[in-house]
Amino acid sequence: MKRLLVFFILATALAGHTAIAGNLGPEIPKATGKPHPEGNLWMRINHPKMLLHDRNLTMRQGDRDIEFSLKGCVSCHAVKGADGQPVGYDDPKYFCRVCHDYAAVKVDCFMCHNSKPEEKTQAFLSPRKAPDSNELAAYLNKTGKETGQ
Amino acid sequence: MERTIYREIQANRAILQTAALLGVFLLGAAGAVLYMEEYGHIVTGMTNQIVWGLPHVFAIFLIVAASGALNVASIASVFGKTPYKPLSRLSALLAMALLAGGLAVLVLDLGRPDRLIIAMTTYNFKSIFAWNIYLYNGFFLIVGIYLYTQMARSMPAKVVKTAGFVAFIWRLALTTGTGSIFGWLVARAAYESAIMAPLFIVMSFAFGLAVFILVVTFTTRVTGRPFGPKLLNRLGRLLGIFVGLVLYFTAIQHLTSGYWARNGGIERFILFNGGIYTTLFWVGQVLIGGLIPLALVFHPTGGRKPASTIVASILVILGGFAQVYVIVIGGQAYPLNIFPGFTASSSFFDGVVNTYNPSWPEFLLGMGGVALALTITGLGMKVLRILPTNLSDANVGQM
Amino acid sequence: MKLPALKFSKKPSEMDRRDFLRAGAALATITLAPGVTLMAFGGSEAKANADPAKRWGLLIDVNKCVKDCTACVSACSQENGWRLPVNKETDAQWIRKVTLTDNDTGREEYLVTMCQHCEEPPCVDVCPTGASFKRVDGIVLVDKHICIGCRYCMMACPYKARSFVHENIVDEQKTWAPRGKGTVESCTMCVHRVDTGRIPACVEACNATGHGAIIFGDLKDPESEISKALAKYPSTALRDDLGLNPGVRYSNL
Ligand code: SF4
Ligand code: SF4
Repeated sequence: MKRLLVFFILATALAGHTAIAGNLGPEIPKATGKPHPEGNLWMRINHPKMLLHDRNLTMRQGDRDIEFSLKGCVSCHAVKGADGQPVGYDDPKYFCRVCHDYAAVKVDCFMCHNSKPEEKTQAFLSPRKAPDSNELAAYLNKTGKETGQ
Repeated sequence: MERTIYREIQANRAILQTAALLGVFLLGAAGAVLYMEEYGHIVTGMTNQIVWGLPHVFAIFLIVAASGALNVASIASVFGKTPYKPLSRLSALLAMALLAGGLAVLVLDLGRPDRLIIAMTTYNFKSIFAWNIYLYNGFFLIVGIYLYTQMARSMPAKVVKTAGFVAFIWRLALTTGTGSIFGWLVARAAYESAIMAPLFIVMSFAFGLAVFILVVTFTTRVTGRPFGPKLLNRLGRLLGIFVGLVLYFTAIQHLTSGYWARNGGIERFILFNGGIYTTLFWVGQVLIGGLIPLALVFHPTGGRKPASTIVASILVILGGFAQVYVIVIGGQAYPLNIFPGFTASSSFFDGVVNTYNPSWPEFLLGMGGVALALTITGLGMKVLRILPTNLSDANVGQM
Repeated sequence: MKLPALKFSKKPSEMDRRDFLRAGAALATITLAPGVTLMAFGGSEAKANADPAKRWGLLIDVNKCVKDCTACVSACSQENGWRLPVNKETDAQWIRKVTLTDNDTGREEYLVTMCQHCEEPPCVDVCPTGASFKRVDGIVLVDKHICIGCRYCMMACPYKARSFVHENIVDEQKTWAPRGKGTVESCTMCVHRVDTGRIPACVEACNATGHGAIIFGDLKDPESEISKALAKYPSTALRDDLGLNPGVRYSNL
């Protein structure tokens, strides 16, 4: 719940920021691949839950064919450094860090996961219709139940 | 007979100096923790063979001593021995402080101390470790309540007694739990023994009382409050009995496990050819932590001198560390017998006695736990009415 | 938030977890607008590859394991991204080659050992957080998301199968084998390969050398190569006296 709140505040801050065209918020790097049909705001709020849910599916049940994998995020959202190579989490320009540093929320993923994309970068998101609010609610509800949050 | 009056201790020069010293140790430990967190356990002496090292020796000693420090209070309120009564507040405070110190060391040695919240919220109920988390938290709560009942005005004696009884039972469970951490490791010959839990209980009696005696002696001296030599002597003889029990259970531990042919190897290792561990066992645990303190406190004439009890307490603590070291590190140093009938060798130290070289950060972390326990005790005595103004023999009642 | 109504064809208690997830997914498909399924939302249709009807195991033939060959060890190191031990005391070793000398006859034998994927794993029993766990198909893993690095599992494992990560690892991990400082790890039986129908890297490498000392397969399937070999030749488990029923077996030991 606290997490959700943090992200909600963050998301509102970001939304507000674009609206007033100030430059108080973080500069969010552009991603490759198709945009999330759920919308960026939705992703900003819900990405931790989705990662949490899907990591458990993969690890505990061996579901290797999931869409919201960290690998997927890292692949599309890689930020290139001066040398044209994707930067790692140790670089403040790293996609996750841009917002997380701003909001002072710790990212624990890259203590164990590789923060750089695999060699063959590919777009992980297949084109699909934007879900309606019921679907989102159902998904979140299910996610919440399975991850016990 | 004057009524027992409890008063906060006042800061004086000696107390401030002690506080400063403790502060240095706390800072040292903080530095060590940051260092270990930054670089990982590579900067410690711990390896993939000796996975629990010096921090665990300190932590286990402190946790074991914590439950033993409650002894004095239990004897006073559960077994109704009035001379100990004035000391029971300190006994409860010290118990909580030692547990806090031990747990701090244990937690800060985790590979991921930042995930403490996970340890507190995600449980595997099959794990004795997880039960221990409950036992530890419950200990704080119950001993805290017990201390409160003692300090509250006009608390009926019956309530205090009940609280004391619950605390007594709980601390037996706690030590059993700590001992079982080892007792349940079926894989390791050194630990696979039902005697572990009772052994830990008698160890706790001895270590806890030794720490208690030193804390009372030191605090009464620096605050200039009287502490009767007879009372001290009485505590000393009690310590002697506990030390005897530890020796007795240690003998049982090694005899029962020695009779099992399969464990002959580990027994020979600890008792005869384990190098440092054999030395620590005989010289550290048996001689320094056992026989000499026994001789000191039970000596027909010398035993009455306060110095005997004080020296004995120091020796019991040193011997206790040696004992925990032999159990924790010695038990891991001895190779696992994965392939009976064969001599194994590999890049992973199969069949080899593992070496362990404790490092400074580990030692500082451990000492930090001790310092934390003493700081909490000191602060407690400073802000609460814990320590009686007068512990002279005339005042605490007839012996 | 509005929740979809739950209707089950059988009582939830009669279903295993996979059924439950499938039912959940199917239900969502019905409840939601046509043309859109919840599949889009990250694995709502659970393609759980961990199958309780299977139990994965290895059979290592000590006679076929050759002196000085470490093909499987190298393969594992490469596949899972741990370096071959430089600092032997602290570097992780998921699999190791062991030389055995018979105490009576002096005869040497060779084998490899790794996590034995016990049916009754002591590491899982002692783990305070539940980070050590056994999948329904018998593969024992560490959930590094909740491992606190207490190393109790290492104390409990009778086979010294586990390693603790003593140093920082930065961007060297394989995507399928996350590893990080302060957590414990061990052989995963190449679970990422097994889930996609492939065999563990060590087995593949051993076969490639022509020694064929390791057989991988489903111990519950009487028709699998491993079950047939186990039925035909004598085999043993390490520390069989502990009754842990490991999934890794040895023949000709
Ligand atoms: S071999 Fe060790 S690590 Fe593997 S399942 Fe058994 S106890 Fe756990
Ligand atoms: S080190 Fe990790 S996996 Fe092992 S017992 Fe502790 S929490 Fe569990």
